[in-house]
Amino acid sequence: MRNALRNRQVELRLFIVLAAMCLGLSLATDTFFTLGNLTSLLNNNAVNIIWAVGLLVVLIGGGIDISFAVASSVVQFVAAKLLVGIGGGNWALGFLICGTLGVALGLLNAALIHGFRITSIIVTIATFNVFFGLLMFLSGGRSIYDLPEWWIDRVAIFRSQAAEGPAAELTLAVAVMAVCVAATWILIRRLNLGRQLYAFGDNPEGARRAGVNIAAMQALAFGWCGLMTGIAALMQVSIVQEVVPNALSGRELQVLSAVVLGGARLGGGKGTISGCILGVLFVAVTQNGLNLMGVSPFAFQMIIGAAILVAISTSNMQFGTLVGFGHRGQK
Amino acid sequence: MTAALDRARRVMGRETLGLLALMVVMVAVFSLASPKFLTAANLSSMGYQAPLLGLLTIAMLAPMISGGFNLAVIYTANISGLTFAWVLLQFGGADAGLGAIIIGVAAALLVGALAGATMGLVIAYVGAHPIIVSLAMMIFLRGLGEFLTRGGDISGFPESIAFLGHGAVLGVPAPMILFGLVALAWHILLRRTKHGFAVYMVGSNIRAAEYAGLNTKRTLVMIYALSGTVCAIAGILMLARFNSVRVGHGEALLLVTVLAIFLGGIDPFGGHGKVAPVVLSILILQILSSGLNLIGTNQHFATAVWGLFLIAVMILRSEWASALFLKASPRNGRG
Amino acid sequence: MTDPTAEPYALRLKAVSKVFGGAKALDAVDFDVKVGEVHCLAGENGCGKSTLIKIVTGVYRPESADLVELFGERLETITPVMARQKGVSVIWQDLALFPNMSVAENIAFDELVGLRPKAVDYRGMKTRAAEVLGRLGVTLDLDAPLDSLLIAQRQVVAIARALMNDARLIFMDEPTASLTQSETDRLLDIVRKLSASGVAIVFVSHRLAEVLDIAARVTVVRDGRLVGVFTTKGMTQARLGELMTGHLLEAGVVAADKSASPVVLEVRGLSVAGQFDDVDLSIRAGEVVGLVGLIGAGRTELAHAIMGMTRLTSGEMRLMDAPYRPTSIRAAIAQGLAYVSEDRLQLGLLQKQSIADNAAISVLDRLLDRAGLISAAKKEDLISGWVAKLGIKIGKSENAISTLSGGNQQKIVLAKWLATQPKLLILDSPTVGVDVGARAGIFRIVRSLADQGLGIFLITDEVTEAMFNADRVLHMAQGRILGQHNPRITSVEQMETAIYA
Repeated sequence: MRNALRNRQVELRLFIVLAAMCLGLSLATDTFFTLGNLTSLLNNNAVNIIWAVGLLVVLIGGGIDISFAVASSVVQFVAAKLLVGIGGGNWALGFLICGTLGVALGLLNAALIHGFRITSIIVTIATFNVFFGLLMFLSGGRSIYDLPEWWIDRVAIFRSQAAEGPAAELTLAVAVMAVCVAATWILIRRLNLGRQLYAFGDNPEGARRAGVNIAAMQALAFGWCGLMTGIAALMQVSIVQEVVPNALSGRELQVLSAVVLGGARLGGGKGTISGCILGVLFVAVTQNGLNLMGVSPFAFQMIIGAAILVAISTSNMQFGTLVGFGHRGQK
Repeated sequence: MTAALDRARRVMGRETLGLLALMVVMVAVFSLASPKFLTAANLSSMGYQAPLLGLLTIAMLAPMISGGFNLAVIYTANISGLTFAWVLLQFGGADAGLGAIIIGVAAALLVGALAGATMGLVIAYVGAHPIIVSLAMMIFLRGLGEFLTRGGDISGFPESIAFLGHGAVLGVPAPMILFGLVALAWHILLRRTKHGFAVYMVGSNIRAAEYAGLNTKRTLVMIYALSGTVCAIAGILMLARFNSVRVGHGEALLLVTVLAIFLGGIDPFGGHGKVAPVVLSILILQILSSGLNLIGTNQHFATAVWGLFLIAVMILRSEWASALFLKASPRNGRG
Repeated sequence: MTDPTAEPYALRLKAVSKVFGGAKALDAVDFDVKVGEVHCLAGENGCGKSTLIKIVTGVYRPESADLVELFGERLETITPVMARQKGVSVIWQDLALFPNMSVAENIAFDELVGLRPKAVDYRGMKTRAAEVLGRLGVTLDLDAPLDSLLIAQRQVVAIARALMNDARLIFMDEPTASLTQSETDRLLDIVRKLSASGVAIVFVSHRLAEVLDIAARVTVVRDGRLVGVFTTKGMTQARLGELMTGHLLEAGVVAADKSASPVVLEVRGLSVAGQFDDVDLSIRAGEVVGLVGLIGAGRTELAHAIMGMTRLTSGEMRLMDAPYRPTSIRAAIAQGLAYVSEDRLQLGLLQKQSIADNAAISVLDRLLDRAGLISAAKKEDLISGWVAKLGIKIGKSENAISTLSGGNQQKIVLAKWLATQPKLLILDSPTVGVDVGARAGIFRIVRSLADQGLGIFLITDEVTEAMFNADRVLHMAQGRILGQHNPRITSVEQMETAIYA
């Protein structure tokens, strides 16, 4: 048990900060701790969490992906064209098409990274631009509003009509998010595949010698991230009820910040689902809190950037002071 | 003959000959594709555009050689430009005198250096990953800039500043002179000074460099501070060229700087790389950019081309390509 | 368990050859290991040992072989999968473990490998890991992340992992290289236990004493050819060294009384909490002071403290009779100290960089021209001077340092530090990973440096190395200096008894 706590230091710290923030906001504003605000917080961040768990899997495997948000835009656009083309379709077909497209784009990244041994940051910077450039070029930057009914009908999985004020409800995206989180948890904690991925991120050469299929690991990491990208694309449309080609570009940095705040490490081998979700919630509550307290929305980015700088500076601090011991341990 | 080639290769880096060939091919292709390509007007406009990309690439170069990354180059340039603009506005905007310009430039350079040094400190003393640190700095600076400008433009600067962006000395565009000086300084810094030597050593194995008696922490802080300073120079140039400052100006150039660096043969894991081939890459990319523009390529399509080009460069530099190469010339076999 | 009489050989190879780019890495080598035997594979670096291991594990395919037989079964070729199924396992020096994963997962990792999805049986993994550790007589916290373990414990984890795989033939590559003596003893006990249970073990080690202690037979390979297979009974270290290098190694006490020379470094009551305690030490000009201590005795930590890399808890140092309080390794270097780290690959050299840059790194200030820039000509002069002086074999000085052999690399390390014109040279295990033959060359240089008046502090874990090369030998254990020996009076055996007692 002590080990479990020792291994969850980042998560614990983040949880405490988050709890303090929530407490502070509940006291400072009378709008934060309301069912309406909390459910809308969840609704608005369902897509972020879906992306985040996908990105987490990539980070665990020692990679990084900054193309996923733009990939979601590509998926949305192509899926919308396809679905409209075949006369509407349905949810099952939507999941199938978006999932497949997402996985395909993820596998493209994996193939470039593994096939030519290029570092993932460079590959995904490149694919980010290819995806975005081609999408904007081919779509002419025009949004699609004429979407199948099933896709843009608001589906509530939970609804509570308070005596006063608007109804609080949880959308379908939240349910899908829960499934994605659970599936990712099973993958990385409960399946041998996920454990091999941790091992690969931790010590790639050791994993290779143990017989772990490296190509399959890259495909798994980026393929899974791609699947989440596809599902996020589908859900994002169901929330905003339109496809805007350049709407998602830029979201990748917010999600990446959140996952890194949650303790996933660039370089692989580390990262948990709980940390990942806490990270997204931290970013979301910060934004929500600034909003409710009437602070300029322009300050939000600045605060998130500063928060990451402070978080990485302090989370490694304990190792910094223990450098002497670190040296000893090496020998 | 081979000895002379060998020496040329050593001075310029082995990439240079290939890059020169690529440049010739590009010039030829675009000259055929567009009659306007090889005109004085186009060459001159390229001479005014390339320096901005060049300066930002130079700012990215040293962190890369040290095994790091600086994702914050664009926004460091923006914030420095903003500082310059703010100082000018304090001294009367369009009526600001030479003194105000000097103070403004100094303040901009200081802000750039400070932003870089902050990253360097976190990377050196905390040991955090440069990608994450510079990402956080990038988000922070962008947020700061948007917070300060509310997302708008700032303009209204003295006439005299326009010279830096649009003037020429003996027919050479002023920005080009600025870039040439910075590139030369950077070349000397990296290849001939103790600090530059340390940058390469830190990039190949930081702990061994520490054991050899190099001050690796100071080296890292210096690298990022100097990188930030060059970003500031780019920011000042941006202000002079566009006659306005806006957070987000030049955002699309981040990819192109990375592209220029890898086209120039820099080792993505640090420890190796030279300025000369990178300068050549910058010129090649400017030719590509102007050429695409002249033949009327859509701006978004051009973005996609950049991405594809980066992938192609990395594939050509990969082990897979060198394996193909080695089959053709077995004497280069790895020892 | 396997019955030794029914299956006498775990492995038999006859006339195995392997060619790399025209050069014969292995030339018709025979190699056999009996079931349950501890067998040593000895030879200098680059003699073909690792090629042989890689053939047995299926990584390389030999060009020709008259016989390849595993556990009595004749095989055409060995593939990695086949090797694993037959129970062949290699524990490489770097262990290939996963620092962020738990001990249990590391031990039972191989059951996770494979692309068919299956649920992780954490409880079962822990049970099986505990059971295997039990066979080795070790208990470890199975939930702890691996990086919280000591190196010796990680070694045990690696062995346990091999056993989980039903290994019947285990190759161990320099398994004791970073272990303390008591840890080594415990490891050797484990090896004996394994051998008694029928597991064959091939031991690759540079420490000849250890080899003779543990192995029944030793196969010696030199330049890709088989020198012979010998029983260790009656074999001496000197004879084995001669077989490995092909020439007689001169070894004899060279110690002389240097008490008349001026003191270079004086250390009084030096302590660093948790590392070492109350160390007194003096090194004179022209004197080689040996410090024998096993890893973990605090010897490297002592060197780090002298080099200003750790903060002292108490004590004082004097250099050339002036107070000496370095605050960083740079300060120590500036005052005339030089430190050859025990980890040449990771810390001693920058493997990615050129020979010239590795040699010049410590004396950049002296390579500057009038404009304050590094002069290429001066750099070239520096390197060619040292190459001549130390007899280093290099190609072009701009070639990567990694193209040199271990011995020549270590000479470049020496050149780098000698260029700083130090007053005191600290050598921390300078011959780790250096061939037996090249060691003699390095010590010849060390002795001639001492003769020129340099004070030398030689840290080693090999008693003979200290006894045959130092003027005085200190013995360190558990963070304290326990005694001082004069190699002319104390014999190697007495010294070993004192240390291992």
